[in-house]
Amino acid sequence: METRSIGKSVPRKEGREKVTGCARYVDDLVFPGMLHGVTVRSPAPRGRIREIRFEGDIPWSEFTIVTAKDVCGKNCVALLIEDQPCLADGFVNHCEEPVVLLAHPDKYLLEEARRNVRIEIEPLPAIFSIGDSLARKEIIWGQDNIFKSFRVEKGDVDKAWAAADVIVAGEYATGAQEQLYIEPQGVIAQVNDADGVTVWGSLQCPYYVHKALVTLFGFPQDRVRVIQTETGGGFGGKEEYPSMIAAHAALLAQKSGHPVKIIYDRAEDMVATTKRHPSKTRHRTAVTRDGKILAMDIDFTIDGGAFETLSPVVLSRGTIHAAGPYQCPNVRIRSRAVATNAPPHGAFRGFGAPQSVFALERHLDRVAAAVGIAPDELRRRNFVRQGDTLAVSQIVKEKMGMNALLDRAFALSDYHAKRRRFAEENADSHGRAAIKRGIGFASFLHGAGFTGSGEEYLASEVAMEATSNGTVHVLAGSTEMGQGTNTIFSQIAADALGLDCDQIKILQPDTAHVPNSGPTVASRTAMIVGKLVESAALQLKKTLLDSGALKSNGASASVANFAQACAKYIDAHGPLKSFIKYQHPTDLHWDDEHYRGDAYGAYAWAVYVAEVSVDMRTAEVRVEDFVAVQEVGRVINPVLAAGQIEGGVAQGIGFALYENVVWQEGRMVNAQMTNYVMPTSMDLPPIRVFFEEIPYERGPAGAKGIGELPLDGTAPAIANAIAHATGVDVRKIPITPESLLELLAALPGKTPEKMQEGAHV
Amino acid sequence: MSDARRKVSVTCEVNGERATFESYPMARLLDVLREQLKLTGTKEGCGEGECGACAVEMDGALVNSCLVPALQAQGTRIRTIEGLGGSDAETLHTVQQAFLTCGGAQCGICTPGMILAAVNLFARIPQPNDVQIREGLAGNLCRCTGYMKIFESVVEAVRRSGLVETQSVTRT
Repeated sequence: METRSIGKSVPRKEGREKVTGCARYVDDLVFPGMLHGVTVRSPAPRGRIREIRFEGDIPWSEFTIVTAKDVCGKNCVALLIEDQPCLADGFVNHCEEPVVLLAHPDKYLLEEARRNVRIEIEPLPAIFSIGDSLARKEIIWGQDNIFKSFRVEKGDVDKAWAAADVIVAGEYATGAQEQLYIEPQGVIAQVNDADGVTVWGSLQCPYYVHKALVTLFGFPQDRVRVIQTETGGGFGGKEEYPSMIAAHAALLAQKSGHPVKIIYDRAEDMVATTKRHPSKTRHRTAVTRDGKILAMDIDFTIDGGAFETLSPVVLSRGTIHAAGPYQCPNVRIRSRAVATNAPPHGAFRGFGAPQSVFALERHLDRVAAAVGIAPDELRRRNFVRQGDTLAVSQIVKEKMGMNALLDRAFALSDYHAKRRRFAEENADSHGRAAIKRGIGFASFLHGAGFTGSGEEYLASEVAMEATSNGTVHVLAGSTEMGQGTNTIFSQIAADALGLDCDQIKILQPDTAHVPNSGPTVASRTAMIVGKLVESAALQLKKTLLDSGALKSNGASASVANFAQACAKYIDAHGPLKSFIKYQHPTDLHWDDEHYRGDAYGAYAWAVYVAEVSVDMRTAEVRVEDFVAVQEVGRVINPVLAAGQIEGGVAQGIGFALYENVVWQEGRMVNAQMTNYVMPTSMDLPPIRVFFEEIPYERGPAGAKGIGELPLDGTAPAIANAIAHATGVDVRKIPITPESLLELLAALPGKTPEKMQEGAHV
Repeated sequence: MSDARRKVSVTCEVNGERATFESYPMARLLDVLREQLKLTGTKEGCGEGECGACAVEMDGALVNSCLVPALQAQGTRIRTIEGLGGSDAETLHTVQQAFLTCGGAQCGICTPGMILAAVNLFARIPQPNDVQIREGLAGNLCRCTGYMKIFESVVEAVRRSGLVETQSVTRT
């Protein structure tokens, strides 16, 4: 197939609107008679609601007030299950849980009103840590605080210990991370007799919101309509939470009879919405003296917060990725997601994998040290190869090669020379250098698409329609949130039809007009939905050819020919459409009971190298250089793809070094951009991105998924570099200067004087 | 307090045109621009002066309009993203074109502020080096790009504006 645009950096489809400020985000929309809505939230982590009082000098009769009593269907945010109330009814289970909704035309008065609603809570004991949850200090969810647990077994771990020369154990932890999309969450809802519920919003998954509203209102499917407006970043944060806000706005709209807009301010967005699950991982690894890993015993726990939301799925991905791209004969992974009285944690790019991969890649550097071989040599001796099996017993069928990626990443980063030189320089002046340098890496994989039989159940659909002037409309529920969906769908469709990207129009995701292509998550949009777009385009072309309207079978059919053919076909036969539904490959098998089989259709494979400097006086870490090498199948758009990796690495650097959610009794206390610090333009190194391209036969034009990949390997590469620079054993991220100072101070006999001064300041 | 609760009339120049509006003196310039003047290209990211999504030029200086009281706009010249260029290729500002070509915009929510920050940087330093570019954009947060493509866009804009100057020199 001739490619006109795939592989080229076609400019972003909606780029012009974005650079001119013309793109319309939800807060830019104003409807006649529109009210503003706000949420009054629980002041306590757990307890009985004793009383709700409306106080102060507020004209309460002007306000629309909604509580749990106003819900006409089921009071829940329907997702995997229905445990999370839309509005707390009698009990609260976490701080900031929504209790009362208010609407009014004047948003300033509304703020004052919100401050004058008193929610009296009779407190109940609450739990805030994975440890307390597992110890069942209080049972706050179900019978045992466990949302979900998995067990992966390969070989016989228990029998492997005896053969080990060395056994290395360790515990690792990661903190919560805020998605921090720059556009806060927001929706507008309208409810009337003619149309039912209509919602416009900043969201990733229109059909998630649709399902939640159908359940909440008890309306038939066609009485709920969800429209995605331009979305200013999501990163997972707008996967499940928009259902909650949409539900609130819709309840206020129903009761008031007016359209209602709810836009969170930054503080509310940070304190109340989901974050990356905090995690704890224990590793126990049996290894031979020459560095062959005999057994991996992994125990992985994530803190899900107060309701289940997506925790089972996050846990699943974290579990499957926990043993990495290594061939090990005996693997056991036990994992669980537990309940605490924190606001529910949720989707964030990487979805459990960044947590378990951090633990693994940090642990393997420790294993290498224990055996006395270089960290890269340990990986090389255990890398999975084509034909080998992963921890879930999936045989790697795709063409891949971790050694080649490692070679390239090391050459580009000058790893070996720097590893030696930094070690020498750090040892100079009796190890009291003011600045120490280190270089470290991580090697990892990330599965594209839903796990196991997930894609089969999703059964995604894409439609396409051509107009008589030869413009082709793509109808999909997949959303653009900055990652490039519109552009790559255009490129895929254009190439399949032999057209230019300009002739492809991506319709706005609107549940009244586009089919359900599944959620825009899980690194699945390019690979899975993109393939459906490609198939729909080919079907459209076949229809034209079969009818005789289009003569040439070559991709070189001219644009004019195509338009003429469309006009001719439509004249003779009516609308020219195609419709494609996902067909799961028959050779992919997944055993959900034993958590074994083909977890993903394809993986992206990567090696990331980080170079850091550590100021030994302030314990400030700077990432000085970053090399990201990955194999992601065919790259559809080099500029967009590199942009995905660069942005993901930046978020990974934040995850590793800066982004520290400070909790107090289950409430985030630093819910401001001032004191929750994400990387600025001054903080980041050159992020150098390189792709290996091995076309994946089932991806559109050979593409695989890349969206989440960069979050997995960045933090462990940095942690390993810090360990190299300083000798500290990093077990926990974020590695803030405060935490690093403690680690440095605890180094036996190695603590420089200046460091000690610093530690006591 | 009584003054703060009474709306005042403010007159300023916005994107080259005279604008008069009534507002509370401490209303945020951001809200006035978006809600009264309908200039929604200016975005709210944090409301606390950290993210720069609401950045506009006021008398040639880059300010976070979420921190500027409306009264302070009296008699000033304000430029927003809408005052920068048109929406077609002919009229796009060099910086806008460079962001489009180099992938400087992803989700687009920081883009208007980021582009104004770059334009403002050029007004101060026509040929900024890498460090000056990083410093010039340090008040504008982007969560999508990791800034790399934004830096490339700014460098590209410098290159283009250099070319434009050379061409015009050749023509005269």
